[in-house]
Amino acid sequence: MKYMLIMRADERAVEAYKDIPFDEVIARMGAYNEQLMKAGVMVGGEGLSEADEGFVVDFDADPPLVTDGPYGEVKELFNGFWILEVSSKEEAAEWAKRCPLGPGSKLEVRRVTGEDDFPADNEWIQKESEWREQLGTN
Amino acid sequence: MTDATSRRPPDEAAVRRAVAAVWRIESAHVVATLTRMSGDFDLAEELAQEAFVEALEQWPRQGVPRNGGAWLTTTAKRRLIDTWRRRERLDERYRALARDLEQQADAPGYDPDRIDDDVLRLVFTACHPVLSREARVALTLRVVGGLTTEEIARAFVVPVATVQQRIVRAKKTLGAAHVPFAVPERDEFADRLGSVLGVLYLIFNEAHSASSGEELLRPELGREALRLARMVAELVPGEPEAHGLVALMEFTAARFPARVTADGAPVLLADQDRSRWDRSAIARGRAALARADATGRGRGAYGLQAAIAECHDVAASVDDTDWERIVLLYEALGRIAPSPVVELNRAVAVSMAEGPATALRMVDDLAASGALRATHLLPSVRGELLARLGRGDEARAEFLEAAARCGNLRERAVLERKAAEAVTA
Repeated sequence: MKYMLIMRADERAVEAYKDIPFDEVIARMGAYNEQLMKAGVMVGGEGLSEADEGFVVDFDADPPLVTDGPYGEVKELFNGFWILEVSSKEEAAEWAKRCPLGPGSKLEVRRVTGEDDFPADNEWIQKESEWREQLGTN
Repeated sequence: MTDATSRRPPDEAAVRRAVAAVWRIESAHVVATLTRMSGDFDLAEELAQEAFVEALEQWPRQGVPRNGGAWLTTTAKRRLIDTWRRRERLDERYRALARDLEQQADAPGYDPDRIDDDVLRLVFTACHPVLSREARVALTLRVVGGLTTEEIARAFVVPVATVQQRIVRAKKTLGAAHVPFAVPERDEFADRLGSVLGVLYLIFNEAHSASSGEELLRPELGREALRLARMVAELVPGEPEAHGLVALMEFTAARFPARVTADGAPVLLADQDRSRWDRSAIARGRAALARADATGRGRGAYGLQAAIAECHDVAASVDDTDWERIVLLYEALGRIAPSPVVELNRAVAVSMAEGPATALRMVDDLAASGALRATHLLPSVRGELLARLGRGDEARAEFLEAAARCGNLRERAVLERKAAEAVTA
């Protein structure tokens, strides 16, 4: 089963990270990623750039309002993710606990849905399958 | 979950699952480290198991330690010292180890390079050629993969006692043969790596097409084989065939979601809903193949089979498949790893590229050579070709012959259906 580890950090974590040399941050994350690779459980993952390069689409407005970052109101930022293929929820938790993050950070761990989670006879699910097909074989 | 132990009294079942998860991740490291220290693989495996049992007893009361792997290693090391003490072998090795352990307390030094090296030794030991293939499979899944004896027994549909026996015998055989706990020397490295990859592929194939029983797929076992193959590829990153095997498994596993119907019946490649194939697995397969190529040492048998699987995986349909390329890849494969199965597959590719008549001649030559007499593969392909040539009665006879030889109930049903269809067509 696949799990997504979603990295979230609040201002406290962002501030704390400013005191750690960037090389060290990279080295710690690199060592963690290497462990995941060497255990054969990592199947994907990306980091996300600074919040000021992002933007927000707010559905309180109609039509939805697009505003520039930074996310003034948002306390926790989504900085990146890993997708792991593991044998149990507990194994996902064990890997998540080993992530080199400090106070102010959280890892949200979510199971990635597969096709089995959706009704195979649904018209839209079938359509999505076709779209995936077209995207994948272009 | 286990982290809630600080707020709630520990839920024993949850802790058990947490211990099992740590075991899954760490058991190879623990066994490998202990084998290096003791020089005794059998003893190391036993001590690691004892440490695991101790974790099951203690962690529900004390909580799951922050570094579970280190806890297991330390506990197993303590037991190793006790064993030596009992054996009254208070040599310098023991004293040094005891000092080392006291200094480290509960946080033993972590040397990733050394651990990798130990795990690689463990992989080579578990897949040693003095063992039978069944023993290599069982030992690899147990000591490298961290599966329980029960899990292995369930995956291979054999009694637990059989697996236990295989493991005990395997360990005795390794001991009796004085198999060193070592990465093989350069001159035999390729052969031994071949044995390792062969064992992993064997495990994967058992998942891909079970040799017995009713279940066609054992996805968990397939995933485990893939995980171990990725692990080995990371341990020997300069070896193209390790990456080739990963690629082959990824490309094959990508089709798993479409290989059976909702009620478990197998779906042939031509009839599979290709939109259900796992695109990210295909992408990982291509990345692994690129890593194999980047070593600059050419493609081996796994790399070539991966390339063939890639042709299927990127095609929109059977008609759209680059069959000419597949024929060439089978020719290359036949040169470096000749086998009747490769020839048979080449014939199938030729039938798609050039038509069934040429292919039937190839298959007839194969049959005349007496190869593949025991499997259902040859009559099943022959039946297919005869059906396409409009020779329905002959096709029917071949499909029935294939069905009679086929051990998998699901596959047999497909062959019987084809036999029935061959005459009506």
